[in-house]
Amino acid sequence: MNLFQIAWRNLSQRPLASTLTGLSMALGVASIVCVIVIHGVAVERFEQDAQGYHFIVGEKGSALQLVLSTVYHLDKPLPPISYDYYRELKTGKYAEFVDAVVPYCLGDSYDANGTLFRVVGTTPELFERLKYDGETNYKFSSGENFKSDHFYEAVVGSVVASQGKLKVGDTFNPTHGLQAEGDKHQEFKVVGVLAPTGTANDRALFVNMEGFFLLEGHALAPKESATETNSIESGEPLGPTVGYDNEGKTVDPLPENQREVTAMLVLAKNATMSMALSTTIMKGDDRAIQAVAPGSVVTQLLDKFFAPVRAILLVLTSLIVLVAAIGILVSIYNSMSERKHDIAVMRALGASRWTVQAIVLLESVMLALLGGLAGIFLGHLMVGLANPFVEPLTGISLDMFAFNPLELVLIVSVMALATVAGFVPAWTAYNTDVAKALGAMR
Amino acid sequence: MPLLEIRELTKSYREPDGSPLPILDIPHFDVASGEQVVLRGRSGCGKTTFLHSVAGLASVSSGTIKIAGVEINRLSEIGRDRFRAQNIGYVFQTFNLLPGFSALENVLLGMAFTGQGVDRDRAHHLLERVGLAHRLAHHPAALSVGEQQRVAVARALANKPVLLLADEPTANIDPAHQQQVIDLLREVCAAEDVAMLLVTHAPEVSDQFERVEYLEQLNRVAAA
Repeated sequence: MNLFQIAWRNLSQRPLASTLTGLSMALGVASIVCVIVIHGVAVERFEQDAQGYHFIVGEKGSALQLVLSTVYHLDKPLPPISYDYYRELKTGKYAEFVDAVVPYCLGDSYDANGTLFRVVGTTPELFERLKYDGETNYKFSSGENFKSDHFYEAVVGSVVASQGKLKVGDTFNPTHGLQAEGDKHQEFKVVGVLAPTGTANDRALFVNMEGFFLLEGHALAPKESATETNSIESGEPLGPTVGYDNEGKTVDPLPENQREVTAMLVLAKNATMSMALSTTIMKGDDRAIQAVAPGSVVTQLLDKFFAPVRAILLVLTSLIVLVAAIGILVSIYNSMSERKHDIAVMRALGASRWTVQAIVLLESVMLALLGGLAGIFLGHLMVGLANPFVEPLTGISLDMFAFNPLELVLIVSVMALATVAGFVPAWTAYNTDVAKALGAMR
Repeated sequence: MPLLEIRELTKSYREPDGSPLPILDIPHFDVASGEQVVLRGRSGCGKTTFLHSVAGLASVSSGTIKIAGVEINRLSEIGRDRFRAQNIGYVFQTFNLLPGFSALENVLLGMAFTGQGVDRDRAHHLLERVGLAHRLAHHPAALSVGEQQRVAVARALANKPVLLLADEPTANIDPAHQQQVIDLLREVCAAEDVAMLLVTHAPEVSDQFERVEYLEQLNRVAAA
């Protein structure tokens, strides 16, 4: 029989008090685990979403708004920019620096059984040339990518497909604007469902940009376009010269001088060219556009918003753990008066003051350790149970098995805290007057 | 050489006003190895304080207590604790079994503080010897008073002590079981060659022993 077994027996003697004290510690640790895991996953996903291309080009304005609306499908999109900027990057003077450029046309949405998702007008290159986390190709769980000359085809993200019960062959009508009560547009046919990517693209619908341009309210008046873009070069059409609707009838594309795009994802040929190109775009005097590297904006966002929120949550949850540690102190301390008898007997059997003190400290540490381990299990279980509700709303998949090294630090910290908390009752045990305690039993 | 050798032992407590309150003043007391001695005395004459002093649970004011040649009152507190664990068995009036531990675990607990590990075979053997082989896993609450005291005896002998101190071991037992406990203590101590110093106020107990000492006669304070 060693000291651990003796301490465990002492805890077992007070099952209700020990269970409740351990449970309070478990809840405290579980809440910290939730904060750590959810924050870790969110940061990872945020950073992952912003990879796969070098920078985003959009109207001059808030860089954060540009990134949020383009990468994360949040916030209002910035006003559109001339289609000719797309031409410059695609086939124009900057084309030699560019490996791929993917236009985004934003402003429409789709109400999938009460949840509003963004509709993105784009080109098939999004899924052919870009990798969604910087290294993984897009895959389709069913169907395939839309074709550039099939103007009314669409690909939907995995969350949208699940929430809206959309499958290949189904059709949907985008809503004009970003609110559910807008006018309904012409229908698009789903030809592919993306395999889950764990990025915000799981929560979006991607329609052929050519069809998007032809929707009501999306075309510029020819005169307006000419005025705006008179300084920009023109040339061969960038898209198909003829297309088809979903019944196979031919459709004329919208003239390019009536087109606008909201943003462009630009993958340069290398990092040096990316730097040079984005600097050129940013420094152009007559430019109404900006080039934003999403990584730096995300880092700022995380530092300015997520880090303080996380700090506040950690402080609050740490207070719960502190209260739980005080609970351990109170629980063991309250038991000391009735345990003076047992301590005196152990002393009479040869246990030193240090030994009885160590036994009480061990009880405190064991309670904290068991509570802490239960808390880690509970925390991950809570994360797992929350996932089915969080993922459809945010697109962030919470992996209940995503362990963070900080959890080990947490367990060690909790045990250290329990040692401090256990010191008060341990000191009482240390100072138990054996002769008096044995005499009191007479 | 006696197993227990006490010379000029004094023990005083301090009064609230700071003046000393003498409790023990024993010029000479010996117990031979394997000897069984009864110590009698009226209530309040210092019997328990004397046992605590011999066990090293209470410090003494002056004098020497030697057990097996070791002057225990010169040892550090940790040294006394270790010496007590290895050499002295203690049987209490109220048994003092720990309620959360089974009979076997209570005996093993007696071995836990020697620094030499526990001997489960000996614990089994001792409980078998006191007739509790079938009650090893029972907790004290599930044992009769007599059975509890037998576990306490087994625990006191767990570390093969040289001296067993028994403080009124029959005081809380009904007369029917008193004799069983005394017989058990005497028999086991004799078999294990353990000296026994048994404190009692019951003449029917003390009458069974060859050597009976009266603390009023040994202790100058009590005599005064």
